[in-house]
Amino acid sequence: MFIGRVVLASVVSILLLGTVVARLVQLQVFEYEVFAAQSQGNRVRIEAMPPIRGLVFDRKGHVLAENLPAYQLELIPEQVSDIDDTLQRLADLELIAAEDIPTYNELIDSGPRFKPVTLNFRLSDEQIANFAIQRPRFPGVDFQPRLVRHYPHGEAVAHAVGYVGALSKNDLGRLDGSDYAGTSHTGKTGVENSFEDQLHGDVGVQHVISNALGRQIPTDSREMADSLPSDESPAPGHNVYLSLDLDLQLLATRALEGRRGAVVALDPWTGEILALVSAPKFDPNLFALGMSQSQFSGLQNDPDQPLFNRAIRGAYPPGSTIKPMLALAALETGATNLTRKTVCRGYFMLPNTTHRYRDWKPQGHGEVDLHIALQQSCDVYFYEVSIDIGIDRMHYYLDQFGLGHSSGIDISGEHAGLVPSREWKRSAFREPTDQRWYNGETVIASIGQGYMLATPLQLAVAAGAMATRGVRYEPHLVAAVEDPVSGERTLVSPTRLDDVRIDSEEHWDAVIAGMHDVMQSVRGTAWAVGGNAPYQMAGKSGTAQVYSVAQEDEYDEDEIEERLRDHALFISFAPLDNPRIAVAVVIENGSSGSRVAAPIARAIMDQYLGYGDDAP
Amino acid sequence: MRLSNTEQPFLGKAVPLRNFGLIYRRLRIDGPLLGGILLICALGLVVLYSAVGENMRLWTSQIIRLGVALVAMLIAAQMSPDFLRRWTPWGFLGGTVLLVLVLTTGEVGQGARRWLDLGIRFQPSEIMKLAVPMMAAWYLHDRQMPPKAGQLLLLAVMILIPTLLIASQPDLGTSLLIAASGVIVIVLAGLPIRLMLGLAVLSVPGAMVLWNFMQDYQKQRVLTLLDPGSDPLGAGYNIIQSKIAIGSGGLFGKGWTNGSQAQLEYLPERDTDFIFAVMGEELGLLGVLALLCLYVFVIGRGLYIAIQAHDTYSRLLAGSISLTFFVYVFVNTAMVTGLVPVVGVPLPLVSFGGTSMVTLLAGFGILMSIHSHRKLLPH
Repeated sequence: MFIGRVVLASVVSILLLGTVVARLVQLQVFEYEVFAAQSQGNRVRIEAMPPIRGLVFDRKGHVLAENLPAYQLELIPEQVSDIDDTLQRLADLELIAAEDIPTYNELIDSGPRFKPVTLNFRLSDEQIANFAIQRPRFPGVDFQPRLVRHYPHGEAVAHAVGYVGALSKNDLGRLDGSDYAGTSHTGKTGVENSFEDQLHGDVGVQHVISNALGRQIPTDSREMADSLPSDESPAPGHNVYLSLDLDLQLLATRALEGRRGAVVALDPWTGEILALVSAPKFDPNLFALGMSQSQFSGLQNDPDQPLFNRAIRGAYPPGSTIKPMLALAALETGATNLTRKTVCRGYFMLPNTTHRYRDWKPQGHGEVDLHIALQQSCDVYFYEVSIDIGIDRMHYYLDQFGLGHSSGIDISGEHAGLVPSREWKRSAFREPTDQRWYNGETVIASIGQGYMLATPLQLAVAAGAMATRGVRYEPHLVAAVEDPVSGERTLVSPTRLDDVRIDSEEHWDAVIAGMHDVMQSVRGTAWAVGGNAPYQMAGKSGTAQVYSVAQEDEYDEDEIEERLRDHALFISFAPLDNPRIAVAVVIENGSSGSRVAAPIARAIMDQYLGYGDDAP
Repeated sequence: MRLSNTEQPFLGKAVPLRNFGLIYRRLRIDGPLLGGILLICALGLVVLYSAVGENMRLWTSQIIRLGVALVAMLIAAQMSPDFLRRWTPWGFLGGTVLLVLVLTTGEVGQGARRWLDLGIRFQPSEIMKLAVPMMAAWYLHDRQMPPKAGQLLLLAVMILIPTLLIASQPDLGTSLLIAASGVIVIVLAGLPIRLMLGLAVLSVPGAMVLWNFMQDYQKQRVLTLLDPGSDPLGAGYNIIQSKIAIGSGGLFGKGWTNGSQAQLEYLPERDTDFIFAVMGEELGLLGVLALLCLYVFVIGRGLYIAIQAHDTYSRLLAGSISLTFFVYVFVNTAMVTGLVPVVGVPLPLVSFGGTSMVTLLAGFGILMSIHSHRKLLPH
């Protein structure tokens, strides 16, 4: 009986064990391929290798943006026993900002425990020395080298070159996520932003063996590394050569010191931008390194708005700077001719009205023709002819000079400006009474006031079109892109735009002569600035009324006064017979275009044409 | 000693071997059984060295445990079956009391109350692994075979009491193994086949009742077995990773200490319940078949001892110990290969851990005692 049962049990056991053996054969022999593939997929992780960002140079080869090694402070959560205490002690040593501790805590909690968290993107030499002494007191905290974007002349080129900042969720939504795996920063503004594709380069991949937690295992320690797929090196980003002239940038930056305003200079025969400066300035390195919350809100809430790129986004009433273009419009449309004279008594009245449109010179200019009207910037002359030109024809000509629409510059964010017309007013307003165009509005539009707005960039483009007698090119900052591996350079060819349609060459002659006399005749408004120049130049000043200071803004008395002053504007080009540079300068609340803005334009032209103080 | 003397002339020059045999006999050790066990342990230690990530401290601690367990085996081997039989009821009673104590005052570890601290920390359920089959064998040893209905009922109660106590710790795996060790005794004693079939049919509603008693995590394990992919990062993770480990090992394995699943921590509990998967990955089908052969040899030797035993108590006990050992092997390997739910049964003599090793080798000690005391018993 017992033996029978033992035999029975043995048979059952053998059967059960047989199923296990059958299962093993199934898994290890028949399904081997499937599981081998799964186990390979399990352990091999693709690690992104970020490319090195391309460099940015000016037209003479000065470095404007580079990558410098810097030491950053890192904390590995799993190696730190008391994170709160460690962060507090780091703050006490001024290695991190105490106010940012909650942010760091969030960062530490969000990632895997073994992954380092960066606490400070660039340690100063002093901080490194400080920390080196204290290092034994901070297990799990160490400094690591990495490449940091650096702008050697940051403040002078910040608004043109732009800056890179830490990748945000928004950026990742916009960019190709896989290409940015491993990249920490991306271009946020300026050329850094608009040429991101060229500058960034292509990500490389590295196959690493990782454990279940994602921790990397050194590949040389085990034979497992043998069957890894081959790696792919990252392709470095392309170098970008700008048409900017660093010397002009530095000069303009110095000239704008302590002011709010912008300078734009360009080569009228190519559209290459030679200088693009907005003031007040800021240090783009702060964005590349990462700054504390208080530093950032300080920049954002500064009433002078240093982050605001006035050169392309600041829309100002152009004032009298549009008079040369209007003079052309008046001649072309027959609203005036070269011999017509009018008497300026210091004011102008529309027929059957009593409102006086005042000239800037209360006693009047006396008898003026077109030439004198330009030279002395007589408002009344232009008031008179504006009615004959009409707002729509004014719009037609100003539009051809590039006012009222985007210039197409190769960085983003530019303001389109505004040149009013009947059609524009109909679409811009809802009430029928508001939609009607009044003659009075034409009158004030003739001196660049009212609805009219232009950016410093647009004014420079218009000055350039004046210099070339109607030949226009799209303004651009990037002159060439270079492949750092092959050294192959791709030049950006200038994009020619439609010419300004002026039928009579005589009209050009007359208006340019007027602009010349603005600067280089004794009675010209900018004689003080241009009279002693060793070369011939043309220019036109503008002084635009600031009429819209919001009542609820709180400023002290001095501040209000300062901010109610007129904006100072100036456009110019030189040399007269063979123009090589066109410049626009806008100084907010600068009071006088000819006295405040014109000297800056003169200095820029001197420098570029080889007459500058430090010119060779 | 005198017996040995008569053998001396036939042994010739093989004096050291003879002395070896002498020591064996004096220590009541069964050579084939010990040999099989030691081979399993040696293979186990090789696999464990890799499974603990070449951690020498953990590895040597396992060797020390093995030494302790071997001592326990030696001690058990010295106790005659008569002695064991006489003390069986007291051992069973004591074990049951300790189980009750565990439930009332025991220490909690990993969400279960399994440990008791009486000078040394141990799990009383380990005692019951031996005490239950001994009790069943004790009850049946002087009775007519096959057992009658009333006796079976009483036996069922005897087995159910410790089973339910352990199940409520909760420790489902151990309670099922202990119940199995008792049931095996009854089956060996001659439980009618018809009754067995009937119970098998009844086990369906029984399983449904059991389902209601199960903890959520235990239910999850059963559900996971049916469809591991349903929760690949949760309950199904163990089985999926275990199957990948074994399957990717193939015929010859990835090589010792080179199993990527095991070494890179994809395989959970690689040094305890899932060590069989480590072996399958690193040593391949040939490696695990070698281990299974060793197990079959040890179990076969145990059943041979059972058949050779002279009294009912010894037969039933030896048979139960051997077959229960098989149940361990089967449940663990079937669980790791995804044939049965994950119930937390270690691979005997291979998995990292001390208490179960001591119990297992003590059981083998009893087998050796039964075999070595056999000739000395009067017929």
